[in-house]
Parts: sequence; C-alpha cells; structure tokens
Amino acid sequence: MSIARQVLNCSRFTCRSAHVTCRKTFTTSQHVMMSRHTHAKRIEGLDKNVWVAFTALAADPSVVNLGQGFPDIPPPSYVKEALAKAASVDRMNQYTRGFGHPSLVKALSQVYGKAYGRQIDPLKEILVTVGGYGSLFSAIQALVEEGDEVIIIEPFFDCYVPMVRMAGGKPVLIPLRLKSGKKTITSADWFLDPDELAGKFNSKTKAIIINTPNNPIGKVFTKDELQMIADLCIKHDTLCFSDEVYEWLVYRGHQHVKIATLPGMWDRTVTIGSAGKTFSVTGWKLGWSIGPEQLMKHLQTVMQNSLYTCPTPLQEAVAQGLLLNYELMDQPECYFTSLADELEGKRDRLADIVEEAGMTPVIPEGGYFMLVDVTALNQDLSHMDEDEAYDYKFVKWMIKEKKLAAIPVTAFVGEESTKDFEKYIRLCFIKQDSTLDAARSILKSWTKV
Amino acid sequence: MGIIRNIAASLVLLRQSSVKNNHKVIMSRRLHARRTDGVDKNVWVEFTQLAADYKAVNLGQGFPDFSPPQFIQEAFCKAINGGPQMHQYTRAFGHPPLVKSLAKFFSRIVVQDIDPLEDILVTVGAYQALFCAFQGLIDEGDEVIIIEPFFDCYQPMVVMAGGKAVYVPLRPREGSAILSSGDWVLSADELASKITPRTKAIVINTPNNPLGKVYKTEELQMIADLCIKHNLLCFSDEVYEWLTYDGAKHIKIASLPGMWERTVTVGSAGKTFSATGWKVGWAIGSGNIIKYMKTIHQNSVYHCATAAQEAVAHGFEREYELFGTPESYFQQLPTMLHHKRKKLASCLESVGLQPIMPEGGYFMVTDISSVKVDLNDLSTKDELYDFRFVKWLIKEKGLATIPVSAFYSPEHSKEFDKYIRFCFVKEDSTLDAAEAILRKWSQKE
Repeated sequence: MSIARQVLNCSRFTCRSAHVTCRKTFTTSQHVMMSRHTHAKRIEGLDKNVWVAFTALAADPSVVNLGQGFPDIPPPSYVKEALAKAASVDRMNQYTRGFGHPSLVKALSQVYGKAYGRQIDPLKEILVTVGGYGSLFSAIQALVEEGDEVIIIEPFFDCYVPMVRMAGGKPVLIPLRLKSGKKTITSADWFLDPDELAGKFNSKTKAIIINTPNNPIGKVFTKDELQMIADLCIKHDTLCFSDEVYEWLVYRGHQHVKIATLPGMWDRTVTIGSAGKTFSVTGWKLGWSIGPEQLMKHLQTVMQNSLYTCPTPLQEAVAQGLLLNYELMDQPECYFTSLADELEGKRDRLADIVEEAGMTPVIPEGGYFMLVDVTALNQDLSHMDEDEAYDYKFVKWMIKEKKLAAIPVTAFVGEESTKDFEKYIRLCFIKQDSTLDAARSILKSWTKV
Repeated sequence: MGIIRNIAASLVLLRQSSVKNNHKVIMSRRLHARRTDGVDKNVWVEFTQLAADYKAVNLGQGFPDFSPPQFIQEAFCKAINGGPQMHQYTRAFGHPPLVKSLAKFFSRIVVQDIDPLEDILVTVGAYQALFCAFQGLIDEGDEVIIIEPFFDCYQPMVVMAGGKAVYVPLRPREGSAILSSGDWVLSADELASKITPRTKAIVINTPNNPLGKVYKTEELQMIADLCIKHNLLCFSDEVYEWLTYDGAKHIKIASLPGMWERTVTVGSAGKTFSATGWKVGWAIGSGNIIKYMKTIHQNSVYHCATAAQEAVAHGFEREYELFGTPESYFQQLPTMLHHKRKKLASCLESVGLQPIMPEGGYFMVTDISSVKVDLNDLSTKDELYDFRFVKWLIKEKGLATIPVSAFYSPEHSKEFDKYIRFCFVKEDSTLDAAEAILRKWSQKE
C-alpha cells in the first residue's frame, strides 16, 4: 500500500470516532500502524469479482436478466414442501452431523452408488458443503498448496483461479479451441488439443480441474476426451477435481460421463455436485463432494475448521427430494429428466431468437448457458472505456441501451485467451418463457434499427 | 525434504494406498496441504459419537433440545412459501433485508452508525465469520492471543491461517471460594507480558464458553487499552450476547472508545433464536476490516442460504420493536434459562458437586476433584483426567458432558483437568433425567 493511501486511511480512522483522543496512534510510524490492519497475503489481488460488478448493473428491474445463472422458474413444489415439513420438526432446527446430515449422505450414497456403479460409503466418501462452490473450496484448500500447479481449462467457472491462488497454487491455463469452418456451431466443436494438454503436465502438477457439462460453453466431455485426461492424470500421478454441478442437464444425443468411473480414476478424483442446480434451488447453497476416503478425509478437515456444519432443515429436504427422484430414475417424471427436457426446449427457443437477431449461438450440449457470438452485429463501442475487453464493453452497453443483461465470456478466461473469446457473451436460459419472450422483443426491435 | 525422509514418506504412502485396480501408488508425493496438518482432531466428533452410541442423556454439545420460538418458525415458513426468489441466490455478503435489520438493531446498541453494506458480512454461522476473520487478517507468523478456556475452534483456525496461538488463562481468584464465573479473572500483567511485536490480534468471547464469564466494563477496558497501545485487532465472539443472568450486563468491546475501527464482533442467529441448525451468523465491524473478510467469503462459500436469512431479518425487525419489553425473546429466553440454570446447579450441589455459577451463556462448569471414582477403563489410560471421567460418565451412568481441558491449550490443559461442562439449554424433562441419574449415583456412594 502506498504511503499516501496509508495516510488517508489513518485520518479516516481517527475521523470515524470523534471522541478518540489520538493517544499513541502516531507515535510509531504510520507504516507500522497500517501493517497491523493489513490483510493476510493470501487474499492479495483476489478482491475483484465479475458478479459483483454485473449483478449490480442487472439489478434494475427494467432489465431482462439473462446474465447470472439462476432460474426464475419455480423449484418443484415437493422440495419446498419437504423444507417446510423439516422446519416444523424441533430437532431439524438444531445442529446435525458436521460432514453431512445422515439422511442426506445416505440418499447421496444411494443415488450416486447407482450412477457410479459402486458402493459409496456415506460417512467416509461424502462431504456436504455450502453449494458446489463450498466443495471446490474444501477440495482446493485440502489438497493444493504453495508449489503446486493446477491445470484449468478455459473458459472456466471464474472462481477456480482465485481459489487456487488463495491456496498458494499456480493456475496453468489451457483453452478449449474451436474447430474452424463450421456453419452451425455447437459446444462439441470446442475441443482440447491433446498435445497442448500433455504439454501442460509436469512434476509439479497437483491437480486438473474439469467441468462437465461446462459453464459457460455447455460442452459435455465425451468418454474419449475424459479418457485422454485420465491417461495424463495417471501418467503424471495427478488429482482430478471434477465439477459436475450440471450433470443432470444433458440434452438429447449426449451423455454425461463421470471421469471417476474410468479405470484408475476413483482413487484420485473428487467429484462435485449441487442441490441448487439439481433442484433449481440455488438459494439453498448445498452441494457435495464424493471421492475416496484418503482424499475426502482432508476435505472433511477443512470443513470442520471453516464452517463445521451445513444447515439442517435444508439438508433434510434435499434428502427427501433425492429419494423421491431415485425411485423415479430413468422415468420421464424424474426431475433429473423432466428438467432437462424443459430446458432443451428453452435452449432451442433462445437459439432461434439469437439467430433472428443476426447473432451466432453456440448450441450447448448441456448446462443452462449459451455462448453467443456478437461479431456479425458489428456494434461500434469505440466511445467506451478503452481498457476493457470487447465483451465487457458490449454487455455494459447492452444492459444500458437495450435493457438486456448477459455476462461477458472473457470473465471466464485468462489474459492470453481474451482475444479468442471477446466476441462472445453468455446467456442463461433457465428462465420463464415470459422472460425469453421479453428478450426476443428486445432483440427484434434492436435489429430493426 | 531430505532423501531419507522422502523415501520414508513414500514408503508410508505405499503401505497406506490400496492395491486394488492394479494401482499400487496413488500419490508418490504428499497428498494434503500443510495447512490441514495437526487440525484434524476434533472433540465434538468424538464425544457426539460416544453420546449417541450409549444413548446418553445429553448435556454435552451446546444446542437447545426445545424448539425455536414460534415467531421465528413462522417467519421461516413464510419465507419458504414466499416468491421464487426466496429459493435463489441473494446478495453474497448478506441478504439485503437481513443486513438492514442487523444494522438498524445493532446501531442502536453500539451507538455507532453501522452501514449495512460495508460494515456487515453474513456468514454460515458465527463459525464461518471467525474463519473469515482469521483467514482474511492473520498471516504466516502472526501471533494471536487466545484467552483460555476458549471455544475450541479458535486454535485450529489460527494454525490453519499460519498464525501462532499465544495463550493467557483466566484463573480462579486467590483466596475465596470459587462460586461464580465472575471469580475467574484475567491478570493484566500476564496479558501484557504475552504481547510481542508479532501480535496481530486478540480473541475474546463474552459471555464465555465454557465458563459463562461475562466480562465487566473494567475488564474489557483493560483489554481495549492494550489493543490500542499495541495496535491490535480484536475478534470478539459474542454469540451468547443475550444470555446473561442475575443482572450481569453484556458489554460490547467495540463500543469502547478507539475500538470500533479495530474490532470484529461476531454474532449468531442460531444462539439468538435457538435455531442452531440454521447456521446463520454475522461479523460486524469497520468496513476497512470487513472488506478483507468479504474477499475470503467470496472465494470460499460466496453466498449463504436465502430463506433462513429472510426469516432472521424478520426476527430482528420484531425484536427491534419489542426491545426491552417483556415480550422480547431477548428477555424471555434468558428468563427461561435462568430457571434451568438454577435447577441444574441445585441438582449438582445436592449430589456433592461444585458448580461454578455462570453469569451468562449456555453452560455450567463443575469441579469434579471431590468425586472419587475408579476410572478403570484401560482404553482411556493415557488421557487427561476429565476426558477419562467424562467417558466413564457416558458409559457407566449414561450422562453426557464435555471435558473442560478440551478448551485449553496443550501447555495449560493439565492444570485444568478437573472440570466438566454441562449444557443447561435443555427441556426440563432432560434436566430431570440428568438429575435422576445423579441422585441414583450419589445414593450408591
């Protein structure tokens, strides 16, 4: 911190409480005073956040918000009912087991036991966390430290990089690249170059983070692609953190594959899931990590020293929701299937709307986001702040002038890849039809001008 | 790492790793981060399990076995059935209605204009607020003074942040019989002697867990003077702030002159509204300090659950209007607990145990040095006396409590191994059951 800023902060401190007599505040140097109140080094440079900026802009109620990823469609009524029911039981309003409410970890063990084709120990191989976010944090804090490198695939959910840095690790980025020459683009046209990926692994590589279905592109990694990653993990003795929060949202013709089910991968993989994404209740902030005891015990240590336990009634309600859908699995009434069906329709609608407006959608194979290439609009943004990437400027301009919110995709990539992604914006389509209609009206009138 | 140590470490891992799937070595190098070293043990995991296994009458872990008040349960129900936004992400640093009602409520108490957006961070329980404070403000090599006995998480949180814990014990006053938590005091000289140029912060907890001490203004002023003189931060854990008895007054150290800008005050909806399972807490302090905690929060959990925050906001709105009146839950709860505290104390005295009357909080500590039992359980042979006693009490008598040396540092725990902690925030029927066990036991002697 510069001396000037230190001095400024000092006077602010003394002004704040007018009745403080400046006892010994200035006897030691101002530098020493500020060094007392400075932050820990681990948060250096981690204070900025794309959501803080763009959620504020999109909060204006006249803005049609296809930005931040949360549904404006209601969650299934039985999960809300389960929560109300749980909250009426005395015991459910008090502390539960730290690593996960017993009925929830049992339900997870059942549902995922089936998905993995193996027995999953509810007490030793599962940790319940505050959202998928909390699982990422626990895994990274437990297993990454100074000297470790962590491979992150661009575009990435933006928290991966600051979390790795906060743990003292070094993020090593590798971009998904677009196959050239295709007219209709889908998320499957974005791929990892095998040689490029292999080149990123070395003896310091502690882990690779994968996200499938991917946010923001919507790519669903194929078995072959995952096998390629698995081969490298095994060869270099690397861990894998697999963020699968959108695992149930996979569209026709595609299949979600769990990398932990590939040979040799269970013992080195932590797989992350989310109640918020599974049941359209992002505001419940419950997620889970599943993996072998030798890894999970360290995540549990982080949990017990950070927040100890997650809210009880919410966990009970999620347990009920999981058990209900477990019985219905593979049937059309199963929410895991019915939500994907509903979203596929919305995906296709949004793609049409976007194309009508002269932009190019990247049709996602999974997840609830769509990348949109705005190049064809040729929007002149030269009047805006020079320093920002094109997509940041475009989205800010679009929110202000067109009352439509999106998220700039370069928020999900490192500096070097900015030029490859700055013509894309991200739209979220887990929205009511009326919201999508409103977006359509805006886009229609836009192109008429 | 030396070659020998490297090989030894690899051999240990080889032995530990599974041999299935033709993969003999999982990681040829160290798996877990160093920050998790030495912080894996936890007294609660051990004792909650034991109490459950033996189906003991549980006066151990600190949570009510009665329901939260009607009005807060209704508020939660209302939130659950509120619009769809109640089930989606809210503002990351705290649901707007909650931070507004907290700011309004506590501004009146500390006589400070608390900015709801800058000066408050809502967290997953007070536990996570403490975590954000340590992670955001404590660096490698920083010293943190912890007053013993302390809520056990402070020490591992300091360690995980790379800091060094320095302990100062509360000691029973010389001479007179120790009848109250007020008789346990801090020596100003002893505290001052522990401060070094590396000291970054001091952690205080008032009302204190486990003793129940409610620090008086003079005691807090003494601590404040040292904080100001040495430019220290103060983390003040005040989760039991509404639970004071016999006229003891809860004082907020942040309200003392010169303290607002250097204090993080931690509070808990769980303890405030008898709903520990909701895990809603907060940190209140000068925005200059809270902002660093926000950075930790945004890179660890980011958001807290929306509906529970909405309910707690309503709770504080109600209490703001009823503050100081008999309808206030903040009056009713301590009144109800006052009676239970008395009940437990009489019961303990009647069987020859010596309780230390807590001035505040959920717990009562009892001196067990006069009790003669044959702790012949070989499995606990190497543990401290109170640990052995508590385990014996669970297994042989079906009564669960917590050993107080768990709240002391390794260097001082042996001095304080003749005390056990009871939680009295329980239904009268639970306290009756405990009483029956104790009577039966004392009759046999």
